[in-house]
Amino acid sequence: MTTTLASARTKVLQRQGAAVALVLMVVVAWLVFPRFGSLDNVRDLALQGSFLAVIAIGMTFVIITGGIDLSVGSLYALGGVLAAYGSQWGFFGALLLPLLVCGLIGVVNGLLIARTSMAPFIVTLASLLFARGLLLVITDEGATTYRIAPDSAFVELGRGTVFGFGHPVFIALVLAALGGLLLNRTNFGQNVFATGGAESSAILMGVPVARTKVLVYTMSGVLSGLAGALTAAYLQSGVTVIGVGTELDAISVVVIGGTLLTGGAGTVLGTMIGVGLRTVIQNVINQIGTLDSNFQSVVSGVFLLIVVVLQRTLRR
Amino acid sequence: MTLTATRTRWLQDNGVHVAVAALLLFNVLFTANFLTAGNFRTQLVQAAPVLVVALGMALVIGTEGVDLSVGAVMALAAALIPLYLGYGPVPAVLIALAVGLAAGGFNGFLVARVGIQPIVATLALLVAGRGLALVIANGQLVQLHDPAFLALGTDDVFGLPISVLVAVVLAVLVAGLVNRTTFGRQLVAVGGNRRAAHLAGLPVSRVLVGVYAITGVLAAVAGVLATSRLAASDPADIGLLMELSAITAVVVGGTPLTGGKVRVLGTVMGVVLMQLVRATLIKHDLPDSIAQMIQAAIIVAAVYVARERR
Repeated sequence: MTTTLASARTKVLQRQGAAVALVLMVVVAWLVFPRFGSLDNVRDLALQGSFLAVIAIGMTFVIITGGIDLSVGSLYALGGVLAAYGSQWGFFGALLLPLLVCGLIGVVNGLLIARTSMAPFIVTLASLLFARGLLLVITDEGATTYRIAPDSAFVELGRGTVFGFGHPVFIALVLAALGGLLLNRTNFGQNVFATGGAESSAILMGVPVARTKVLVYTMSGVLSGLAGALTAAYLQSGVTVIGVGTELDAISVVVIGGTLLTGGAGTVLGTMIGVGLRTVIQNVINQIGTLDSNFQSVVSGVFLLIVVVLQRTLRR
Repeated sequence: MTLTATRTRWLQDNGVHVAVAALLLFNVLFTANFLTAGNFRTQLVQAAPVLVVALGMALVIGTEGVDLSVGAVMALAAALIPLYLGYGPVPAVLIALAVGLAAGGFNGFLVARVGIQPIVATLALLVAGRGLALVIANGQLVQLHDPAFLALGTDDVFGLPISVLVAVVLAVLVAGLVNRTTFGRQLVAVGGNRRAAHLAGLPVSRVLVGVYAITGVLAAVAGVLATSRLAASDPADIGLLMELSAITAVVVGGTPLTGGKVRVLGTVMGVVLMQLVRATLIKHDLPDSIAQMIQAAIIVAAVYVARERR
């Protein structure tokens, strides 16, 4: 009886560790900093987290197939620049250009990984470099910053609000819900789990492993491009210097959310909790004010470490 | 073995040497002022820190791991130098190396004893390490004035810049370690099949901790060399994306990511190749953007050629 209770508790901690930590962080932050719970701050938090959330949804799918996508940070920046560049052709130009180009790079990632058995790590590392190069080509080596007309419909996509919450927040929530459904309620989702769980068995069972891989990397590319487009709409310009290290942020929130890097298991909800946790930590460090802003990465790193060590030791 | 298989095999083993030779020939013929001592000196000095890091990376990759924290360890080493330079250059360098050893040992502990995947274990230090370096340095660049320490970055011994000499000596040492010592054999065995190595009674954990510790020290050496050359401690910028350059050089040099094989000479040539590529593109006035895209193509091509090797 006690053992089952203990194992049940272990399981809850393992599954919901990030959620428990998030609740604790929020409660403590609220008690210590009264401003933390203010509607303004909550709106800020949600908006800050929404861009990373969009990227991390795609990363969750990739990691569940046992892969990794290092190109998302570059694609995020590229998506922003392409959106600003495309805004000269109106709303759809600004939205579709980044989705198309970043999606295409995702397709190439997926094809190279699925058809040539090259390591995802290396393929997406190469496309990290390639996408940065492409961004520099478009912006005259980073010297040109494309602007988006402030009164355009596209800017509304990034800056507009409903109940005071920015549009990107709702877009991220809808995409997370769709991602969750896709993962848990469709054949495609089953294929994603099967591919990451035991690839050779999946192939023998007739799971279209190669197609699944191409699709998840395409998804990751499209979502990174979308996150970039939303950021550009919010900033009203295509900022060239964003997205450095974003792939690492995305990977760490996915891992913190309980998705196993070995593949085969994970949830979109967990990833959202991971994003929430990261955003709250960042916010608390800003609230403290006197703390060096560089301290944030120290805390993030230590936190990531604690989570993976816990995951590892609890699984034994 | 068919002719094609033999040819593929040969290309896998010697591709990087052929590429370096071809690029050298191209530059001798078409690049103005390529065959000058000054140019070679510049190229070697630029490549030296990358090589030092890549040597460690080759060892880690040989164990089927990867170390993403090398750039952050360089930043930590750089941040510590100005704090201890008052006691003289030797204590300052020793402290930097000790921190590299501790950081690498910690990575190794996480990988070997706790059983965390190398990519996540070292990702944590990548994120935290540079932040810590910036906190130590208050986020600021510090100019260094100690003449003895700066000599490390500017002086020559036997006509070679000290940093290049250090890199060459370390390459020879690492090659000796891999090919001539028990530790080297064990390292390759662990990378080839960890479980079999464990069952055969090899000290798997100790080997892994040792490998990550060596990599940490080498990253710290690279941090010290780069800092002395810059004549300033710049933890915000030093070693940025170094993990990617090092992994690229190792992979281009023919060490498979699947572990079980370490090619030290190949790694040296991989570093030289990537440096030559960059230099060639710059000297022919190709912009940074095109340079990055060509590097991406080279990485993919090199891994594509090497992919069937186990």
